[in-house]
Amino acid sequence: MTKMLQHSGYEEERLQRVAELLPCREVQAGMLLSLMGQPQQCSYPSIFIYGHRASGKSHVMQVLLKELELPHATVSCVECVSVALLFEQVLLSFFGCDAASLLPRSPSLSDFVRIYRQHCSQTPAKQTRYIVMEKAELLRDTDANLLPALLRLQELVDDNVTIILLSEIVWDKFRPNTGCFEPLLLHFPDYSKGELQQILSQDKHPSYSAEFYSSYINILLGVFYSVCRDLRELRHLAALNFSKFCEPLAEGKVKETDTHKLWRNIEPHLKKAMQTVYLREVSSLQWEQLQQMEERECGALRGLSAHTHVELPYYSKFLLIAAYLASYNPARTDKRFFLKHHGKIRKTNFLKKNEKTSNHLLGPKPFPLDRLLAIFYSVVDSRVAPTASIFSQISSLVTLQLLTKVSHDDQLDAPKYKCAVSMDFICAISRTVNFEIIKYLYDFL
Amino acid sequence: MIICIIGFIDVQVQDILRERFCRQQLPDRLEGVEAQHKHLLELLKRTAVHGESNSVLIVGPRGAGKTMLLKCVLRDLLEEKEAQKNLLQVHLNGLLQTDDRIALKEITRQLHLENVVGDKVFGSFAENLAFLLEALKKGDRSSSRPVLFVLDEFDLFAHHKNQTLLYNLFDVSQSAQAPVAVVGITCRLDVLELLEKRVKSRFSHRQIHLLSNPTFPQYLERVRTQLSLPDRFPDQEFCQDWNDGTLCEDKSVQDVLQKHFNSSKDFRSLHMLLMLCLSRVSVSRPAIRPADLLEASRLCFTDSKANMLHGLSILELCLIIAMKHLNDVYEGEPFNLQMVHNEFKKFLQRKSNSMYNFEQPVIMKAFEHLQQLELIRPVDSTAAKTQREYQLMRLMLDHSQIMEALQKYPQCPTDVKQWAMSSTELKETFWM
Repeated sequence: MTKMLQHSGYEEERLQRVAELLPCREVQAGMLLSLMGQPQQCSYPSIFIYGHRASGKSHVMQVLLKELELPHATVSCVECVSVALLFEQVLLSFFGCDAASLLPRSPSLSDFVRIYRQHCSQTPAKQTRYIVMEKAELLRDTDANLLPALLRLQELVDDNVTIILLSEIVWDKFRPNTGCFEPLLLHFPDYSKGELQQILSQDKHPSYSAEFYSSYINILLGVFYSVCRDLRELRHLAALNFSKFCEPLAEGKVKETDTHKLWRNIEPHLKKAMQTVYLREVSSLQWEQLQQMEERECGALRGLSAHTHVELPYYSKFLLIAAYLASYNPARTDKRFFLKHHGKIRKTNFLKKNEKTSNHLLGPKPFPLDRLLAIFYSVVDSRVAPTASIFSQISSLVTLQLLTKVSHDDQLDAPKYKCAVSMDFICAISRTVNFEIIKYLYDFL
Repeated sequence: MIICIIGFIDVQVQDILRERFCRQQLPDRLEGVEAQHKHLLELLKRTAVHGESNSVLIVGPRGAGKTMLLKCVLRDLLEEKEAQKNLLQVHLNGLLQTDDRIALKEITRQLHLENVVGDKVFGSFAENLAFLLEALKKGDRSSSRPVLFVLDEFDLFAHHKNQTLLYNLFDVSQSAQAPVAVVGITCRLDVLELLEKRVKSRFSHRQIHLLSNPTFPQYLERVRTQLSLPDRFPDQEFCQDWNDGTLCEDKSVQDVLQKHFNSSKDFRSLHMLLMLCLSRVSVSRPAIRPADLLEASRLCFTDSKANMLHGLSILELCLIIAMKHLNDVYEGEPFNLQMVHNEFKKFLQRKSNSMYNFEQPVIMKAFEHLQQLELIRPVDSTAAKTQREYQLMRLMLDHSQIMEALQKYPQCPTDVKQWAMSSTELKETFWM
C-alpha cells in the first residue's frame, strides 16, 4: 500500500510518512504528486478537486503540503466574506505581513495582482507556490471576475503558482458564461464500506482489542451505512456510542467474543441514535448524559422538534385545527363537513382521486380570515363571542410560526393565512382536545 | 548510476514539456496562422516604426492561441532596433481592470508617469489621457513615442460605464495626437455589437480571426510536434528515441485522438490531455505509452455527476429513483419532498421491505443532502413562505445518467435496481 507513493523529487521517508497519514487515499495522493512534479518545476495553473464531503480532499492537500514543506496558502472561502480577506491571506502566507499591509482599503483584484507582481519580482518562487481554496463553490457568489482571474493567476502574475480548488459541487456548475481557463479535474471517490471500516477502526480504544473495536464498527456500519456514508458523522457516532457498547462487558455480563449478545444490546440504542443525535434533535452532550442514566429513568427523549409542542390555550388549539382544515380541504367541501344539514356533494367523474392533487402532497393552500372563523365557530363546541382575544390568538399563532401570513402587510381587511404544521402535530393537538380531525379531512374520505 | 542518469533526463523532459503545456511557452514558429501573424506584425510595425495609429481586434474562441499569437508578434517586432528603443507597451486585462478609473491608474503606472501626474486632479478621462500622452513626447517636441495598448478580455471593457476608456483610446487612435496602437483580444465573435455607436465609428473595423480548422492529419501532426523534444536537448540519443516513438501511429491512440478532435480542436484541451499523460511519465517509465494516453483521455471524458452519484447512500439513491419515476409519470413537472416520500413508500409497500423504512426526518436529511450537492434545485427562490417539505424542486440529472450510475453503484440491492427499471416498461405498455 505505501509503495505506491514514489516520486523522484521528494525523499523516501517523507513520502512514507505521508502515506501512513493518508490511509485509502494513496492513489489520489500519487496522482496529485505526479501532477505537482518536482518542487522547482511549474505545474498546471489550476486544478479542481471534487468529491463528497469528508472524502479527504482538504486532509490530503494539507498533509502533502505540510509534510513535503511546500510553500502554500490555505484559504477557506467560507471565511472570506470579502475578497480583501482572501488577498490578505494569500499575501501574508507567501510574502509576509509587510506585503499584506500594502493592500489599500477595499482592494480590487488589480491591486492584489500588482502587489503580488512587485513582490515576486523581488523574491521569485524557487518552488511552486500553491493556493488551496476550500469550499470553492462560494466563489461563484462573489464578483464575476474573481473566479476566471484566479484560474489564470499563473499567467496574470507571471509566477510559478498553482491554484487548487476543493469543492463538493461538480465543475459544470462553476463555468462562467463566456468560458474561462479550464482547470484540470480530479475526482476523489467516496470510501467503500471496507475502507470506511479500515479508517474507523484506527480510532480504537486503548483498553480494548482491535478486533473488538472493529466488530463494533461493523455493527455501526450495518445500521448507518444505508443512510449516511459521511466519514465525519460516522466517526462522531462511533465515539458517542462506544461506551454503551462496552457497558455489558464492563458489567461482566458478556465476554468480548459474544458478538450476538453485544449486538442485541447496542442495536436498539443505535436505532434511537439515528432518530435523535443523527438528526441533531439532541446535542451530543445530552446523548452522553442519557447513556449514564438507567433506562427506567430516561423516559421520553425530548428532541428539538418536541419543543415546538408548545402548550397552547384551549381556543388556540381549535383555531389551529380550524386553520389546518381550511388549508387542506377545498372550499367547496366546507358545506359537507361543517353544516348540520348538508346536501350530498356530487362525486366527480373520477372515482379514484388523482394522486397528484391530494392536498397533503401539494402543501397547504391559503385561506381568508372569514373562512377560518366560520370553520372555527362550527368546530368549537361551546358558544364563543368574537372578541379581540380570539383575534389576538390568531396573531400569536402567526408569531409562533404555526400559521403563515400570506397576504401583504398593507392589506388589513381581508388577510390570508396558511397553516404551517405537519399532520402528526395536528393529530397530537386534536387528541388533547378530543377532536377527531381525520373525519373532517377531505383526503381521508 | 544509470538510474541517476535516467532520473536526470526524466527531470529535463518534464521541465521542457511542462513549460510547454503549463506555462504556454512561445514556440519558435506558430503553425497555421502565418497570414494572421504577418498581418499583425505589419500593422504594429507601422505604428512602432513609422508612427501611424492603428486599432485591431483579435477574435477567436478560447484556447485558439490569440495571446500566443500576440506574444510571438511582439517578440518578432522587438527584434527591430528602432521599435525596441521607442515602443512603449501598456497591458490591460478586463478581468483585473474592472473600472475605467482603475484602468487609468494602471495606464499611468505602466507608463511610469506616476511622479509626473502627482496629485493633479483632472476634469475628465480625456483630459487625463491627453496629459499622459503629452508627457510622452520626445525631447524635441516633434513627436510622441508610440504606445501599444493591449486590452485582454476586450469584451469586458465594453461593459464599463459609457465605455469611456474604449471611446478615448479609439479617439486617440483616429486623431493625430500621438501614434497609438490599440489591440483588443476577445473570445466573443459578436464583440462589435457590444460597442456603442460612437465607439464603433472610431474603431477601424479591422479584425483578425483565429478560426483555424485543422483536418485530422494536421491535428495528429500537431500532437506529434507538441510532444517532441527540441533539438537542443542535451542527450541526443534519448531525444532521437523519444521523437521517433510511434505513439501516434498506434490505432487505439488514433481512435482516442479522433474522439478529442471531434469534441474540440483548440490547443488548450490538447495541452490538458498531454499534461495528464506527462504526469504518468516517471523514472521507472521514461516514455509515453498508448495506455497512458487512453487513461488520460478517460479522465478527461469522465462524467462528474456520475462520479458523485457513486458516492450517495442507498437511501439517497432510492430518493433519486423515486424522483426519476415522478419525472417519467408527470413529464418533468417539479416535485416536493412529500411526493417523493409518497413514491418511495409505494416501493416499500410493494416489496414489503422493512429495511428502508425510515422516518420522515431521516428522509428529509437525505433530501437536504441532495440539495446541497445541487443534484436537485428549487424551482424558484421564494423559500421563505413555503414549508421545507412542500417546496417544489427539479431534478438536475438525466434519465440515462441515473441508469448508468445504477449499473456502477457498488453492491446495489437487486430490488432497487428492478424498481428503477420497472417503470420504463410500464410507460411503454401505457403508450401502446
